[in-house]
Amino acid sequence: MADSSALVDMQNISKVYQMGETKVHALNGVSLSIEAGEYVAIVGTSGSGKSTLMNIIGLLDSPTEGVFAVRGQRASGLTGRQMADLRNREIGFVFQQFNLLARTPAWRQVELPLFYANVARSASRKRALEALAQVGLDERADHKPDELSGGQQQRVAIARALVNRPSLLLADEPTGALDTRTGEEVMALFEKLHEEGLTLVIITHDQEIAERAHRVITMRDGVIVSDSDAATTTASGFRNGLSGAAPAPLPRPVAIEQDKEEMYEAV
Amino acid sequence: MKLFRYFPVAVDSIAANKMRASLTMLGIIIGVAAVLTILGVGRGASANILDEVASQGTTRLTISPSTESEGEGAGAPVQTLTMGDVRALSDAAFHPDVVEVVPQYGGSIQLVAGSNNKQTRVTGTTADYVGVHRLEMAEGRFLTEDEIAQMSNVIVIGTAVATDLFERTQVVGESVRIDGEPFTVVGVLKESGNAGFGSNDDSGFIPIGAAHGRIFNVPRYRGEYIVTSVSANAVSEERVEAAERQIEQTLRLRHGLGADDDSDFTISTQASLLDTIGTVTNTLTLLLSSIAAISLVVGGIGIMNIMLVSVTERTKEIGLRKALGAHTSDVLLQFLIESLVLTLLGGLIGIAISYGLALLVQRIPNFPIDLLIGVDALVLAVGVSAGCGLIFGLYPAMRATRLDPIEALRYE
Repeated sequence: MADSSALVDMQNISKVYQMGETKVHALNGVSLSIEAGEYVAIVGTSGSGKSTLMNIIGLLDSPTEGVFAVRGQRASGLTGRQMADLRNREIGFVFQQFNLLARTPAWRQVELPLFYANVARSASRKRALEALAQVGLDERADHKPDELSGGQQQRVAIARALVNRPSLLLADEPTGALDTRTGEEVMALFEKLHEEGLTLVIITHDQEIAERAHRVITMRDGVIVSDSDAATTTASGFRNGLSGAAPAPLPRPVAIEQDKEEMYEAV
Repeated sequence: MKLFRYFPVAVDSIAANKMRASLTMLGIIIGVAAVLTILGVGRGASANILDEVASQGTTRLTISPSTESEGEGAGAPVQTLTMGDVRALSDAAFHPDVVEVVPQYGGSIQLVAGSNNKQTRVTGTTADYVGVHRLEMAEGRFLTEDEIAQMSNVIVIGTAVATDLFERTQVVGESVRIDGEPFTVVGVLKESGNAGFGSNDDSGFIPIGAAHGRIFNVPRYRGEYIVTSVSANAVSEERVEAAERQIEQTLRLRHGLGADDDSDFTISTQASLLDTIGTVTNTLTLLLSSIAAISLVVGGIGIMNIMLVSVTERTKEIGLRKALGAHTSDVLLQFLIESLVLTLLGGLIGIAISYGLALLVQRIPNFPIDLLIGVDALVLAVGVSAGCGLIFGLYPAMRATRLDPIEALRYE
């Protein structure tokens, strides 16, 4: 049964990519739930499935199988438009390469999610400036990316992720393009925001970064091999083995997804 | 309206790539400017000619002998329009709608004054010519009825003739020699100021009798001198067609034409002349505009090319926008409106350039034509450039919407 109190609830999620003749199981029956206010790191080597997991949590991708819900709202079966709206409302993204628009002032960058949320222009400017103040960049609202340091650019990106007050901030290797000192500053900012109540999920391959999190989820070959907060995983059903040797569930046809969901309902 | 919110986004994006944007717009700018200028020249030229024609009266009819002859055997066509016809047409009883029938017999001949001489078109005509052709006098007067009846040796000349022969225009009372005979100048025509259509600056007018009997060796047909053309006025603009029918009836009867025979003369009215001019200028304008329109299409393809490049270049931006919650329609509209703004801006600059040219042309003294740019041409130009933007922007915009955000974000 889906835990309605959880912010993110994943039940037996699989993601299969068709690469020519062969099927690649990027995720293989992952179950996971994240509560509001958590500070989670997802670690794993490249190819471990952590990026696919992040894309699904970030509503950029749909699972081949399994049930996924954000704040109790089921994401499977949503149209692209509804997914976009949910993403806009619930998820804030921070990327490794900042992904700022060239030659655009900081406050305009931060305003972007509000544009797609149909917030009136006068209100959105005010909120953008508030978000910039949250990351300590209100003085540089009119600066363009090439006038800002790497750390400042990442803080603009964080302000952009925060501006629409998302339930969850999803950061993909947020310090990967920064030197150690600026990386440390950005992490400190994240932790300050977490203390203020933000739910934080950081995807990283950097053990040092991961160890700062309150909960570390380790991925390998499309399954969760360890979760420091085992109680949560167990409570939500599946518990994969401690090693990658755990038997993988058989791939199921997409068509029976509906029945399976009902089955969960019944349990 | 949410649609308008994309315009600042488009303007930002264009402003961020000024060089590229202006090069892209160049095609549309040149296309719109070319189409508008050519349409303006065409309209200006035709307005010019129409003015000229209208200034010569809209009630005038011109009867000319047909140049073609058939069934008459080999040899030169027989010219059958004569002074006898002119006299017959002057009978108001049979031609109630025809007034002022004016015969003309013209040819090119040398005028001599002192040591100067000039080859000029000299026309033998009658006193009514001045009224039918709406000539105005600068000096003296036109030929009088008496002078026509007596076939006096008098001449009215155009200003160009006067200045060439006497180096001045106040030449009433002076004498010019035509073929050895002295003619007294009784009047000088007002300069028409236009070297083109319908100018009489370079011509001379003498009594028709003098032309027929003494200056030109004019052949006769059935005992009457032939004429090169006959002008007449209808009583009013509404009666031009009736006058045309009356003239046709008389001439066919006099020339002994049966019901199945073609007329051996043609009657042209100012209305038919206007029609012909209109058709010719319209055809020319259409032809030139279609050539100019090709440049618009080329410009549009340039827009499409740049928009495609822009979509590829901004793959990551599109991915980001989608990650931040942009709908497919948001991305489509963003790129569509960007190309729309680009083409509209190009169109406006093109309009400004053609207007600039029109103003420039107006300032050139004695430039033969004005550039007339009508509101319809403006609407057309704006419409076509906006259409170009939408049509040629659609494909790149659709390409942008098809990008997968995950792939797009990973794109380097």
